[in-house]
Amino acid sequence: MSQAEIHLAPRRPASLGGLGMGWAAVILFALASVLAMPRVPWLADYPAAAELPVADWLNTAMTWVVANFRPVFQAITTLSTVPMGWVRDLLQWLPWSVFMLIMAATAFRAQGVGLALFTALGLIYTLLVGLWPQAMNSFALIFLSVPLAVLTGFLLGVWSFSSPRVERMLNPVLDVAQTVPAFAYLLPILLLFGFGPVVGLVASILFAFPPMVRNTVLGLREVPSTIIEVGQMSGATRGQLFWLVRFPAGLRQILIGVNQTTMASLSMVIIASMIGGTADIGWEVLSTMRKAEFGASLVAGAVIALMAMILDRITFGLAQSEGRTLGQRRFLRRHGFWAAVAAAALLLFLLCPVVPALGAWPHNWRIDLATPLDTAIGWFILTFKPLLEAIKNAALFFFVLPLKIGLDKAVSPFTWGFALQPWHAAVYSVLVLAGAFAASRRGQGALAATILLFGLVLYVGIADMPWPATVAVLVWFGWQMGGMPLAAGTGLALAFLLITGSWDKAMLSIHLTTLGVLAAFLIGTTLGIVAARNDWFSRIMRPINDTLQTMPAFVLLIPIVMLFKIGDFTALLAIVLYACVPAFRYAEHGLRQVSTETVEAATSLGATPMQLLFQVRLPLALPNLMLGLNQTIMYGISMLVITALVGTNDLGQEVYIGLSAGNFGQGFIAGIGMAIIAITADRFCRAWQYNHAAKLQKGAV
Amino acid sequence: MKDQTPDPAARAVKLSCRNLWKVYGTRPEYYFDTAGYAIEVDPLAARMRREAHVPAAIDVSFDVHVGEIFVIMGLSGSGKSTVIRCLSRLVDASHGQVLLDGQDLLAMPPKALIEVRRHKMGMVFQNFGLMPHLTVLENVAFPLRLQGVGLVEQREKAGRVIELVGLRGREGAFPGQLSGGQQQRVGIARSLVVEPDVWFLDEPFSALDPLIRRQMQDEFLRIQKMLHKSIVFITHDFLEALRIADRMAIMRDGKIVQTGTPTELILNPADDYVARFTSEVPRIRLLQAAACAVPATGETSALPQVSADGMAEDLIDPLARHPEGLALRDASGAPRGVVTPASLIAALAALGSEDGHVAG
Repeated sequence: MSQAEIHLAPRRPASLGGLGMGWAAVILFALASVLAMPRVPWLADYPAAAELPVADWLNTAMTWVVANFRPVFQAITTLSTVPMGWVRDLLQWLPWSVFMLIMAATAFRAQGVGLALFTALGLIYTLLVGLWPQAMNSFALIFLSVPLAVLTGFLLGVWSFSSPRVERMLNPVLDVAQTVPAFAYLLPILLLFGFGPVVGLVASILFAFPPMVRNTVLGLREVPSTIIEVGQMSGATRGQLFWLVRFPAGLRQILIGVNQTTMASLSMVIIASMIGGTADIGWEVLSTMRKAEFGASLVAGAVIALMAMILDRITFGLAQSEGRTLGQRRFLRRHGFWAAVAAAALLLFLLCPVVPALGAWPHNWRIDLATPLDTAIGWFILTFKPLLEAIKNAALFFFVLPLKIGLDKAVSPFTWGFALQPWHAAVYSVLVLAGAFAASRRGQGALAATILLFGLVLYVGIADMPWPATVAVLVWFGWQMGGMPLAAGTGLALAFLLITGSWDKAMLSIHLTTLGVLAAFLIGTTLGIVAARNDWFSRIMRPINDTLQTMPAFVLLIPIVMLFKIGDFTALLAIVLYACVPAFRYAEHGLRQVSTETVEAATSLGATPMQLLFQVRLPLALPNLMLGLNQTIMYGISMLVITALVGTNDLGQEVYIGLSAGNFGQGFIAGIGMAIIAITADRFCRAWQYNHAAKLQKGAV
Repeated sequence: MKDQTPDPAARAVKLSCRNLWKVYGTRPEYYFDTAGYAIEVDPLAARMRREAHVPAAIDVSFDVHVGEIFVIMGLSGSGKSTVIRCLSRLVDASHGQVLLDGQDLLAMPPKALIEVRRHKMGMVFQNFGLMPHLTVLENVAFPLRLQGVGLVEQREKAGRVIELVGLRGREGAFPGQLSGGQQQRVGIARSLVVEPDVWFLDEPFSALDPLIRRQMQDEFLRIQKMLHKSIVFITHDFLEALRIADRMAIMRDGKIVQTGTPTELILNPADDYVARFTSEVPRIRLLQAAACAVPATGETSALPQVSADGMAEDLIDPLARHPEGLALRDASGAPRGVVTPASLIAALAALGSEDGHVAG
């Protein structure tokens, strides 16, 4: 490495042209620490002596809490186990026909015949593949956790709506609750509440209530002031003003919160099943996947996907149709409707003893999908093995590895077919320098600096960068984009990763997220651009996106693991697949929002289609694209945690190991580490958005 | 600018606004802690502005008589919306009195205020303020629902006002399905459903297209002719004020600059600010039909008969068709002279000579 750096060194004076002193200092510092790394060992690895045993402290604290408060939690467990048992037994005991009728009727109310039919078909599929009892166990947990999470979220939402101080205190808590990976919740809950389905319940409530709080606050606050004044002028008392004016006017947004809470609850219920003991549908997927029975796990995964879609469409439909169903004349009709449904349900129930098939789905009506699927998968993998291997290796050797350990190590006869010679490094540095020089000649100093830094990182690798250089670069970026608060926040976040000894794993997480997010953003945005121009393509993509977005993340893993085995590449694919949806959506939305007048103006000036895209449409859609990027990062990180299941070795894996080894401190610190990365990334995106908006308001500097 | 009653000011006072102040800032109450001292208006307002307070309404006083349309006209930021919000106590005034039937609204405890709002006040808002999740019928019946009125009575009363505003047949529609003009009709119906004595309208037609606005003004006057409410009407449109007002006040920078009937304002603007509005008003708009009449000289039965209560403006068309003249008759049918093209022009010329602005 040091050999190559000698070639890199002479570029310094040339590159300083269009750059500020700060940039120059940071770049020089990074370069210097890279050069010094072989001789100064603590630059490469943060000295263990300076780490703090935070994990041990956490474990001690947890032990103390468990020792002293266990009875309290035990009592909660006992108390909640009883109703959970009831709901579970009720759903298991209820004839499938009655359950299906009620669900289909709700779906009909929410959106109409189409959704009712879809719901019925989804449930019939569950019956056909013989996973009804497992699905009912999952439904039981959801039916309990959603109302509790909605109630908690609503009350907290009303509270923080009425008190700005509460809101200020609650906001960071919600941030953390939404970004700490689900696995990290499970262990402390397991320790406190003991083994059992209560863990799933508590975890899913904790995971699912934040969106309810946010949407409640948003809904209540969004109500136009005129409507409130109307209420006041009509002589509403305080209570009437809230329940008859503000609440109904904000109800639609609040119901969107119910929708999001339901989806979060479902995904947590699925994840929590890995603790075992629930015999639900998530466990079915996980256990078959561990046994490499991919056919069976695909079949069960499809049940989860169907459940997700049904729950999503029903709750979303209720939010959308909120205006319709509350109408007065419809009010009567609605009661009539439910009375009819109840009567029909009772009738079906009474029919069950006469027609047993309505009660318990007959065994010989089941079909075995798993075996033919397994055969098909086996054939497919065998036939296309060379192709799949080639794809995987190409991606690993040319994309994943270089960014991870740097070109200096990734280029070898085994991977790229040749060994890295000094002249290769020389050509590389000349190319990087030329790029930076060209940028600075055009007056784009920041771009030039970014090219230089990126060139350096790509050569050394994210995982192998000396930590002081990484800290300096990121804090400097923070300073540039958000001033003191962002720089300080970034510094603290990185310090946490360093002193808890999570640095190396965190860099692997950042590496995987960066790659996944970049790919997802590029793919998603490109598809979004196409969809914005082409209604036909947009219509095709919509259901695909809906499906990808509503499906609990780990169901996505099944087909990918099947094709590519476990490892970084599988994780990467899963991240890209999951995270390209928001990039797509925001790109399409942003481009479609660009005013036609502006486009017409540009066209009349003689812009070519490409110029229209790159100089008019994309710049105008930029704020939306950045929102998409922000969401892409969040999705990427949340998927990253799940990919621990397929053998990554980053922070997500630490969380997972902490969970399975019962090491609360280890798992929790890694979880907080991931949350910190997510929150920091989010703050960077927001800082960009703020700067952009400010620039448009106050004029460019 | 209608003269149903020769002198509206002769009627009893319904609502009286006295020395009303609304000051925004960190401690507005500080300025009115002057028991026993007279407030000197302009120096006090100037001092507030110096001390980082914003006086949005400055010593506003006016009376609204029973059955009178009182218009407050001002440009945006003049404080007119603040005043109407203080009258209805959507905003708490900093100082002054608002007397409704002699009772001070500003000193009223919350419970009593709710009762007053439920039974004595109605308000129409610029942006309609309809509940998007309620139908037309439910929106209109909403104030009754708050009072706990039974469903049957709600429907019956709401149905009546819906008919009054001409929306019969649209009871089941949602606000999103209505045009702006229709939405404001719902807003008007809702404000009338409790049969209020005092009717506040805060720029009710400003969000509508000019053509619809004109039509809604006519509609409003028609309704008022039937109901005789005591009205405070806010607008930024001077011509709208002229069409509608019995009396009007012009506000500027939180202060009332001039109060009077539209004709008084136009003929004797208190200052250049008012004159700037009035100078753009065609004089013919002010001229009453009766003022152009000359005594009949011959037989008038062959001439077209027109009402003497109307405006001269409305006589131009008939005069063009009947240059020989029009015979005026008052409400009782008694002859009130004849209008000819010559007498109309003479009356206009006389009006112009009273007022220096027209000549220039």
